[in-house]
Amino acid sequence: MTTSNGDTPGYLELQDGSIFRGKLFGSRESTDGEVVFNTGMVGYVESLTDPSYRGQILTFTYPLIGNYGVCDRELFESGNVQVKGAVVSSLSEQCSHWEAVSSLDEFLGNEGITGIEGVDTRALTKHLRQKGTMLGRIVREDDDIGPFNVEDPSLKDLVSEVSPDKVRVTKGEGPRIALIDCGAKRSIERSLLERGCSVINVPYDHPFTDLEYDGVLISNGPGDPMMCRKTIANVKRLMEMDDPPPMAGICLGNQIMALAAGGSTYKLPFGHRSQNQPCKDLVTGRCVITSQNHGYAVETSSLPDGWREWYRNLNDSTVEGIRHETLPFMAVQFHPEASPGPTDASGFFDTFLEVVSNDR
Amino acid sequence: MIDKVMVLGSGGLKIGQAGEFDYSGSQALKALKEEGVETILVNPNIATVQTTKEMADRLYLQPVDASTVERILEKERPDGLLLGFGGQTALNVGVELHDSGVLKRYGVEVLGTPVDSIKDTEDRERFVNRLNEIGVRTARSRACSDTASAVEAASEIGYPVMVRVAFALGGLGSGICHNKRELELLVDHLGIVGECNIQYALSPDSMDYRVIEVNARLSRSSALASKATGYPLAYIAARLALGRTLEEIPNKVTGTTVAFFEPSLDYVVVKVPRWDLERFRGIEKEIGSQMKSVGEVMAIGRGFEEALQKALRMIGTGMHGLVLNRLEFDDIEYELSHPTPRRIFAAGEALRRGFTVDRVHELTGIDRWFIYGLRNIVRMESELPSLSSNMDEDILRRAKKLGFSDFQIAKASGIDMDEIRKMRKELGILPFVKQIDTLAAEYPAETNYLYLTYNAGENDIEPRAGAVMMLGSGSYRIGSSVEFDWCCVTGVQTLQKEGYRTIMVNCNPETVSTDYDICDRLYFEELTFERVMDIYEFEYPEGVVVSMGGQISNNLAPRLHRMGVRILGTSAEDIDRAEDRNKFSSLLDRLGIDQPDWIEARSLEEAARFAEKAGYPVMIRPSYVLSGAAMAVVFDRNTLESYLTRATEVDPANPVVVSKFIEDAKEIEFDAVAKDGEILVYSIGEHVENAGVHSGDATVVIPPQRLYVETIRRLKQASRAIARELNITGPFNIQYLAKENRLKVIECNLRASRTFPFASKVLRKNFIELAVRAMVAGDVSPVEGSSIDLDRVGVKAAQFSFSRLKGADPTMGVAMASTGEVGCIGTDMESTLLSALRSVGFRMKKRTALISTGPLSRKPEWLPVVRALREMGYELHATSGTARFMRMNGIETETLRWPNEKGKPNCLDHILEGRIGLVINIPKNNQEDELSNDYLIRRAAVDSNVPLLTDLKLAQRVISALRSNDLDDLPIPEWDEV
Repeated sequence: MTTSNGDTPGYLELQDGSIFRGKLFGSRESTDGEVVFNTGMVGYVESLTDPSYRGQILTFTYPLIGNYGVCDRELFESGNVQVKGAVVSSLSEQCSHWEAVSSLDEFLGNEGITGIEGVDTRALTKHLRQKGTMLGRIVREDDDIGPFNVEDPSLKDLVSEVSPDKVRVTKGEGPRIALIDCGAKRSIERSLLERGCSVINVPYDHPFTDLEYDGVLISNGPGDPMMCRKTIANVKRLMEMDDPPPMAGICLGNQIMALAAGGSTYKLPFGHRSQNQPCKDLVTGRCVITSQNHGYAVETSSLPDGWREWYRNLNDSTVEGIRHETLPFMAVQFHPEASPGPTDASGFFDTFLEVVSNDR
Repeated sequence: MIDKVMVLGSGGLKIGQAGEFDYSGSQALKALKEEGVETILVNPNIATVQTTKEMADRLYLQPVDASTVERILEKERPDGLLLGFGGQTALNVGVELHDSGVLKRYGVEVLGTPVDSIKDTEDRERFVNRLNEIGVRTARSRACSDTASAVEAASEIGYPVMVRVAFALGGLGSGICHNKRELELLVDHLGIVGECNIQYALSPDSMDYRVIEVNARLSRSSALASKATGYPLAYIAARLALGRTLEEIPNKVTGTTVAFFEPSLDYVVVKVPRWDLERFRGIEKEIGSQMKSVGEVMAIGRGFEEALQKALRMIGTGMHGLVLNRLEFDDIEYELSHPTPRRIFAAGEALRRGFTVDRVHELTGIDRWFIYGLRNIVRMESELPSLSSNMDEDILRRAKKLGFSDFQIAKASGIDMDEIRKMRKELGILPFVKQIDTLAAEYPAETNYLYLTYNAGENDIEPRAGAVMMLGSGSYRIGSSVEFDWCCVTGVQTLQKEGYRTIMVNCNPETVSTDYDICDRLYFEELTFERVMDIYEFEYPEGVVVSMGGQISNNLAPRLHRMGVRILGTSAEDIDRAEDRNKFSSLLDRLGIDQPDWIEARSLEEAARFAEKAGYPVMIRPSYVLSGAAMAVVFDRNTLESYLTRATEVDPANPVVVSKFIEDAKEIEFDAVAKDGEILVYSIGEHVENAGVHSGDATVVIPPQRLYVETIRRLKQASRAIARELNITGPFNIQYLAKENRLKVIECNLRASRTFPFASKVLRKNFIELAVRAMVAGDVSPVEGSSIDLDRVGVKAAQFSFSRLKGADPTMGVAMASTGEVGCIGTDMESTLLSALRSVGFRMKKRTALISTGPLSRKPEWLPVVRALREMGYELHATSGTARFMRMNGIETETLRWPNEKGKPNCLDHILEGRIGLVINIPKNNQEDELSNDYLIRRAAVDSNVPLLTDLKLAQRVISALRSNDLDDLPIPEWDEV
């Protein structure tokens, strides 16, 4: 149903029966997924195209979305929109930015993704914060789609959906970094290329035989880290080599490294999805503001001998990074590549590359 | 170890440096106290919250200048000095004391950003060099010390260029940074500790952006940022200055997270400045790179349109939002391309007339996104008329989401406003209460910081019983400033002591009353009838206090009362009996109290007839005004006619009040608090200047020094009679004229007045505390102790901002022109008067005076003053008429030519070349508005920073005081020493 003024009324329905009404935009078809929220005030394009959001319906807490439209694909974090739906308070019908090639509404329409606007996103966020992240669906008012029956995306192997099929190499002058692409944000690759690295993108399940490289970086990615059994096994094997390569992890990569080392992970009640998370380097005492997007975390007490907690979240004391005391293994839970968000933590790449250079 | 810290305040409020420094200084003092540090405050601004005795351990109501501060440092010997909380004034004094070696001599450490870093940010050349050190390209700019080099630099750079002054408000220096990392590097590199403000210029069509300036201190925009985000910048900056780190400091808003984070907003904030340009004769109306606003408001919503329309109402200039205002635009393209305070409304009007978004963008340079927002509002306006035929819920709901007030909807649809409200409530179209929590709801927060929005679906909070609601003062403006914020804050604190929960409503981000730790619930909201009712009907408080926030809140009383709201204190009917001229006049007649003759004239003829009968001069003013907007004194029929035809309208719908203006009368300020009509405490303030100078601009002395005992007795009797008749409970203020013991009432306000903090602090009797207790507590007894026979004396002086208002004539008249005030307390009248004047910039570089004493008839009065100057050894210069008169009376002066006369010596050159230490210039006629010779002299004095006296009475007192006091070595008593 579309009303005379062109609106398509609809609602967001949550697992617990809560309903938030609004009107649909983008492709205006019903959709479902895990409903999460992000408190960043900018960067909706980066977020929508971030593979870590695979299978999720993303709520933006900042009330104005779409102001600056959508830029060229070159600047995306992956080739496509990754979210299954978007929830916003006020959608800008018109946008204004010199880089904009289309409005958000048009763009999501072309991409076949549905959004809902006019929602009290603060109320929704508080609900999710109190009750925890939950499944939900965006429904066209006139759509008769039957009882609530949404598949839990975290039970799926989402990484296999977003990881590339084959190896891709981008040459640089510096060290060769094998990037295990579990749904890597492009800014990770950009950060490495800016620093002169050769980047070898490999699929999440690459066996690492017949591959020449100086260091390994495990990327971010969607879903429950426990689902990444193949990657965990490969990483474990690399770690246990006599002369293991320098290895680093970002976000999901951090969790995979912890799991490969024998640690465990757990699901956070509502995750960290924002650009203002304070983290402290427990070695130097220096604090950084970080961009984050994760629903799972590493269990501190589970870290095996030889590993120590590297970064800690100053708000809720969860693990934000781990590092091996003697071996060249390090990982962070936050996003040093930012995009969107503050670049305070970009020194992580330099630290890692220094270890790689020393190891060469 | 830092045990004792001195904080420098910013002095009187002026354009560019206003109430935000009361907010920042108060926060700093609180933070220091929490750290167990002993505090010393130097600030002559007696109307502020920070100069309330409990705020600092030691309080100096003294000028913030290097020589005075040096003497206080010598006396107090603090360990540390905070420069970042008193604006450019404090920063400059700190740099001067550092450079002269004073800080080193007394072993005082500058806390927070070091002086060398301050200099790096303030001195353009150093700033550029420092940027170069870290490889940051600098913008094309050059430091010049004279005109020739500036012109040369400009031609090299290519026009247009912007000229900026070093070590001034508004700063200087420019550089280029390409991303945030470079900026952080910049701040690290410059060694900023605490708060710093960086201004960028962003290219609208590339990634290029530049740093315009860096201020190593709190600024007006940091007060705004603090209120916009809920992040207490000043409080945090003070703790950082003491060596704390951000991760050690808790986020007081959430209570569970730390201060090390970037706030995330889930709402939109719009700030709109308040300009009062129409109050100044001769002033350029265009706004540009030099700040001209006197205050600002901040509106919060969940949509741009909503927040914008709220903000435009909040500024209090009679606008109802973007559209549906009584404004006329002749040349709309000109209005769009020449920015004035009206331009935003012109943009709305242009869209209504069919201009495209692109066209408005081209003419204004405003980003299209904002203009789309304006167009959304204009389009909504065109839908509203259809409401009259069918009450379309959808239209109504959308209009409210776009920030339309009930008044706007009523005006556009022709439906009665109360009817709109009723229908809205029936349909359940109500605003929702939302919290500001710094983290966009990510963590639970116990925040009390609230706003209302229609772009929502649920309330964040539940109403709580047992509260009293306090209405704030809104935007600072000429006539209503920090003094009312002191009243509101003190009022809230008293209510809390009396066991009430408190709800504060205000929309001014520069205030202390909108700080997170003042009240139990802060609604950062409009002070309009509609919004106050929305909050009232949500919270159902036990009562509302309207008498602390000045005239805005007071004006709401009758309508709130009609809706059944319980007004605490004097009843709404009695407020109306004082506000309504006719009612009040007959009340005075009945009490046998005199008043100047007056008439409400509905035509020019009526006004002229009255003036002939009563005799010129007469004063003219529109009804219901605050602080003399559009008030004027006219001396003859010609000026009466020209004023009534040019400056204001007069017709049956817009009557003007014409009253007899009494010359050579004293003006007296009577401030008091009563309960059930009985006065509990009072203060009598004597104006130094004669009546005719607005009370906000006048120099006021408490207790009175030169009033007859008989006058005081009659004053008290009349005031008691009025208080009883109006059955006053709470604060009130009566202004009297006195001439030879005969009293006349000019005005009576049943609310706190501008002089309440001054009176409270001089008399050491808290008038507001008593007023609030009179309203809510059962038993309140009158305060013991005389208000007249005191061992101390307080002098209040006005702070003007003429140097910032290019073209404005720096004279005092019936219309208020000052932007702030200071008040000093001492043991004798003369030295205290000089301290107060020194606090507003009265400093003489030379013992030379230029005298020009107005019409011949008034010249004899000046003889004693001029003789005194001569006896003190001043070198005297005078304009021709004055010189001739003085010579006839045996006083030789050097004759200087008038500004428009050819030949030398000319008085303008003398002033501009720094050869004159004091200018005495009496306007021949207050209402003369052409650019006259006198105007040029006064303007030159202001522009050259030479003290200017334009009033005989004040000049007499000042000269007399100078005979027995050294302006550079005045007493510096601490609060407890007087």
